[in-house]
Amino acid sequence: MSAVPIPIAQLPADDDWPRPDRGTVAMFSLIVAESAIFLIFVIAYVYYIGRSLSGPTPRQVLDVPVFNTVCLLSSSFTIWLAERAIRKRAMGAFTAWWALTVALGAIFLAGTGIEWHKLIYQDGLTISTNLFGTTFYSLVGLHASHVIAGILMLSLVLIFALTGKLKPEHGHRVEVLALYWHFVDAVWVVVFTVVYLIGR
Amino acid sequence: MEQNFLHRCRIRRAAYRWMLVFATAQAALGQPVQRIVDQTPTIFDPHSTPGNLIYSLSMFVLEITGAIFLVVGGLWLYVVVRFRQHPSDDTSEPPQVYGSTQIELAWTVIPILLIVVLFLTTARILFAIQDAPMPRGTLNVDAVGHQYWWEFRYPEYGFVTANELHIPVSSSKAPNTTHLNLLSADVTHSFWVPALFGKIDLVPNKENSMWFDPDRTGVYVGQCAQFCGTAHAKMLLRVYVETPEDFAAWVKSEQQSAVQDPAVVAGRQVFESQSCVSCHTIRGTAAKGVFGPDLTHMMSRDTIASGAALNTPAELKSWIRDPQIAKPGCLMPAMQLSEPQIDQLVAYLTTLK
Amino acid sequence: MADSTLPAGGALDLPSAGEAHPEGERSGGWLETLHSWVTTVDHKRLGLMYIGYGVFFLLIGGLEAMIIRIQLLRPQNNFVSPEVFNRMFTMHGTTMVFLVGMTLIIGFANYLVPLMIGARDMAFPRLNAFSFWMTALGGLLLYYSFIGGVGLQGAGSAPDFTWWAYAPLTEKAFSRGHTADYWALALIVSGFGTVGAAINIIATTASMRCKGMTLLRMPLLVWLNLVVAGMILIVITPLTAAQIMLLIDRYLGGHFFDSQAGGAPLLWFHFFWIFGHPEVYVLVLPAFAIANEVIPVFSRKAIFGYPAMVAASVGIGVISLGVWAHHMFTVGMTSAGNAFFVLSTGLVGVPTGIKIFNWLATMWGGKIRFATPMLFCTAFIIQFLFAGLTGIMLSIAPWNWQLHGSYFVVAHFHYVLVGAIVFCIFAGFYYWYPKMTGKMLDEHLGKLHFWLFVIGFHLTFDTMHIPGLLGMPRWIYTYEADRGWNTYNMVVGIGGFIQAIAILIFAYNLVHSYFRGADAGPDPWDAWTLEWATASPPPAYNFAVEPVVASRRPLWDLKHPEDTDSRYE
Repeated sequence: MSAVPIPIAQLPADDDWPRPDRGTVAMFSLIVAESAIFLIFVIAYVYYIGRSLSGPTPRQVLDVPVFNTVCLLSSSFTIWLAERAIRKRAMGAFTAWWALTVALGAIFLAGTGIEWHKLIYQDGLTISTNLFGTTFYSLVGLHASHVIAGILMLSLVLIFALTGKLKPEHGHRVEVLALYWHFVDAVWVVVFTVVYLIGR
Repeated sequence: MEQNFLHRCRIRRAAYRWMLVFATAQAALGQPVQRIVDQTPTIFDPHSTPGNLIYSLSMFVLEITGAIFLVVGGLWLYVVVRFRQHPSDDTSEPPQVYGSTQIELAWTVIPILLIVVLFLTTARILFAIQDAPMPRGTLNVDAVGHQYWWEFRYPEYGFVTANELHIPVSSSKAPNTTHLNLLSADVTHSFWVPALFGKIDLVPNKENSMWFDPDRTGVYVGQCAQFCGTAHAKMLLRVYVETPEDFAAWVKSEQQSAVQDPAVVAGRQVFESQSCVSCHTIRGTAAKGVFGPDLTHMMSRDTIASGAALNTPAELKSWIRDPQIAKPGCLMPAMQLSEPQIDQLVAYLTTLK
Repeated sequence: MADSTLPAGGALDLPSAGEAHPEGERSGGWLETLHSWVTTVDHKRLGLMYIGYGVFFLLIGGLEAMIIRIQLLRPQNNFVSPEVFNRMFTMHGTTMVFLVGMTLIIGFANYLVPLMIGARDMAFPRLNAFSFWMTALGGLLLYYSFIGGVGLQGAGSAPDFTWWAYAPLTEKAFSRGHTADYWALALIVSGFGTVGAAINIIATTASMRCKGMTLLRMPLLVWLNLVVAGMILIVITPLTAAQIMLLIDRYLGGHFFDSQAGGAPLLWFHFFWIFGHPEVYVLVLPAFAIANEVIPVFSRKAIFGYPAMVAASVGIGVISLGVWAHHMFTVGMTSAGNAFFVLSTGLVGVPTGIKIFNWLATMWGGKIRFATPMLFCTAFIIQFLFAGLTGIMLSIAPWNWQLHGSYFVVAHFHYVLVGAIVFCIFAGFYYWYPKMTGKMLDEHLGKLHFWLFVIGFHLTFDTMHIPGLLGMPRWIYTYEADRGWNTYNMVVGIGGFIQAIAILIFAYNLVHSYFRGADAGPDPWDAWTLEWATASPPPAYNFAVEPVVASRRPLWDLKHPEDTDSRYE
């Protein structure tokens, strides 16, 4: 052992040294990065509105998915109720709200699946049909893939909760995950506006 | 304002000629024969209004940036020499200075002022070039970039040619402006003849433009400046600036259909029986392809393969035998013709004056 | 050096350098050592792996550059075929930006950020390992294209469409085989790694700072890497998005950039440069970061205008997001659009200028020790000034119509990438190698490396501006003999070889000094930041006791208790 000097400033080492939580910081960073990806896809979608050389056009084939949207947006609310429950250490309520969130997300995905089935088999719109098809399936698909990732992670937590492995002290991690889910919902608001309101 | 600019530019031009002189001398030493023009395409020898405007702006910017370099570089040199540690120095630390708001402000504000000056000057020239109204009688040419050659359409005169752009010279007595519509048939290319204008890209699904009014006759060289594929380096460009009379004569000749010389009918048959016709057009014959250069008057051109080779019977023969030798990666395949067929074909092509 | 003068009050018993890596020491065989490196989540080992990976690809990318220069030594040269030449410059660019620049800067950040803020590791050590291996996989994928790029239709090998990969050249119609697929996939994968690393750096600086390390006491290196990490989040991802679109086009028959179906290649240009321009600052800010640490220590003065330096870095980060289309003055934007980007580009020069002035002011009145790290940083300042000024020339839209896409641009950005970034990275190597290995890099070899590299650099890149002014476009595999470019290209090539020799000396020095170098001790440069307060190399846990700091230069305070920084901040 050789003596290596290390400087320790002789400060009154008060215990109060607040720093932001690393999980939250990292999730916000991830959300910023993801937003940039979505932004680029949204720009491409908006740029190509009305530029397809052939049909079908959005107005001909797109229906506004109101039910779907309500489901997804209300899942943000249910996950918030779940967060509140775990903070109050009410694990039963947490599991119930969490399960409802997963169910709402699944309904949304099923709705998207039904919509795509109709578009492909009834209207003959595929990703290679025209610019609308390319940008539509890419943007909505990009969002749907985020919903899938979210549901997988939510389901994992649900399994932990159902098997009793999830404890109130994990509440913080659950909240970080919930942040992601809120982001997925917020993106849907943008996608919905661009695709079904402006682009139609 | 612009006149003033142009005047100053003429005075300064001499000072920057050394680079050109050196390059030209070197070109002359390096390649004494063979070429029709021994020319360095330099941005310091502009021959059109936009070219001169760009040049004068560039000199203005060069002076400002040069001055900055001398001042800051001088400071750097002073600091490096003056404040180096000497062996005789004691081991004490120099006085610690942490900063100064006034100094920071000064070297924030001064650069901002310089940027404003540069921006305003630039914007003036930018608008003068880009938004200049085209005078009446402007010659319109569609320049279409192909992998790896240039198509030039003269819609007002109803003919198409390739790789060598002919335009009339402009003088104070007879001003002539040429306006290029820049289009692309496949990937992005860029039209660059330094003496006439900067470069503007030919982007698929987009229409760009460029204009110039050359003040001197002669041949100006340039080449494609945006990577467009394997043979990008051989996508050369020549602009022939001619007197209005010569230009009119050239237009007249180009408007004619191809010469039909009975002496070379065998060659013509070779051409028309092969897949040459699916890519090339020879007006007045069955050849109506559009993927390759229009050959109706190909003997009026000095080069073939967009400048990759001189337009001589020998070069033409080796080109037809295997285009991939002179221009690797070009889209014209070797047609696997027999030597007699090639001779007949070249005999035919050399009649297309 | 300065240890003996340190007050005994701060001394603690730490394991010596030899005992610092117990895993490595006790390992029975190379397999165990290898296993410990592959499975490591230690930020220092991951940092070293990033750096080693970067140096490896630096040699590969350099080799590609040499092939390019040999081909261009003479007009109409036939050293390589056009196809090979096109692959070489594409791979050279892609390699140097993504596999060398990004990995070296992330490597240094990985190694130094936790040490400098007095933390024991990154915020997410396992994410850190994941990020590194993603980046490594990206590099492998890119180079696997040499073997796997030949698709069913043949016609393919390594990417050959420039590192801009301008659509529609990368679409199925013009790029058969799997060339473009490997390019896009490799960069998407390494992009995930980069974003992971960025998230980690942000979380680390936000949440892992030791007591007393407020934001405005963080070393500038940490600040700049924080800004860079923030930029990475929003500039790498647009490229990822665009590459996903490209793959959708290529695999699913989409039409994003398919001009036949109304798609706009122009959109790719924008997406690429929204990534591409800030990317330059992503690379150059960490280089500045190194200069920010080296210049004060070797001038023996505190950095001049710390708050201004922080503000300028953040300013560069923000403004650089709004200048991308200055790479697109020739694509036919409106005059108003062009004018806007002239202005925004000019403005990004202001904070950059502030930095240069602050470095000079730091040196002013100091006692400058020209050890190898300082030599590199001194040359960096003047070279970066020059690069900045040619950048101003390029930002003048009408002049840009002449300069764009010519060798002038190539010279300009190599002045930035080599003259500024590589010089700073070399400075970083000479400065921190003692910390990383416990051995000093050989100073004689270092000086030889420096002077050879300076000579080679200036021969190559000063000269390279001229053919650009004389109409020589970039990306050409050969040129006509009558254009007057011959001598210049010859000189450029010769300079390239001198640089290559210098790099080989450097590589030799890295290996030689590891075995034969003088022992460094914990603080060989008499420096002031926390990484010098622990053993060299630092133990796995960095600090036996978590440090507490009261100023920007904790070791200065310790060495000069009579005149501490904390009194001025």
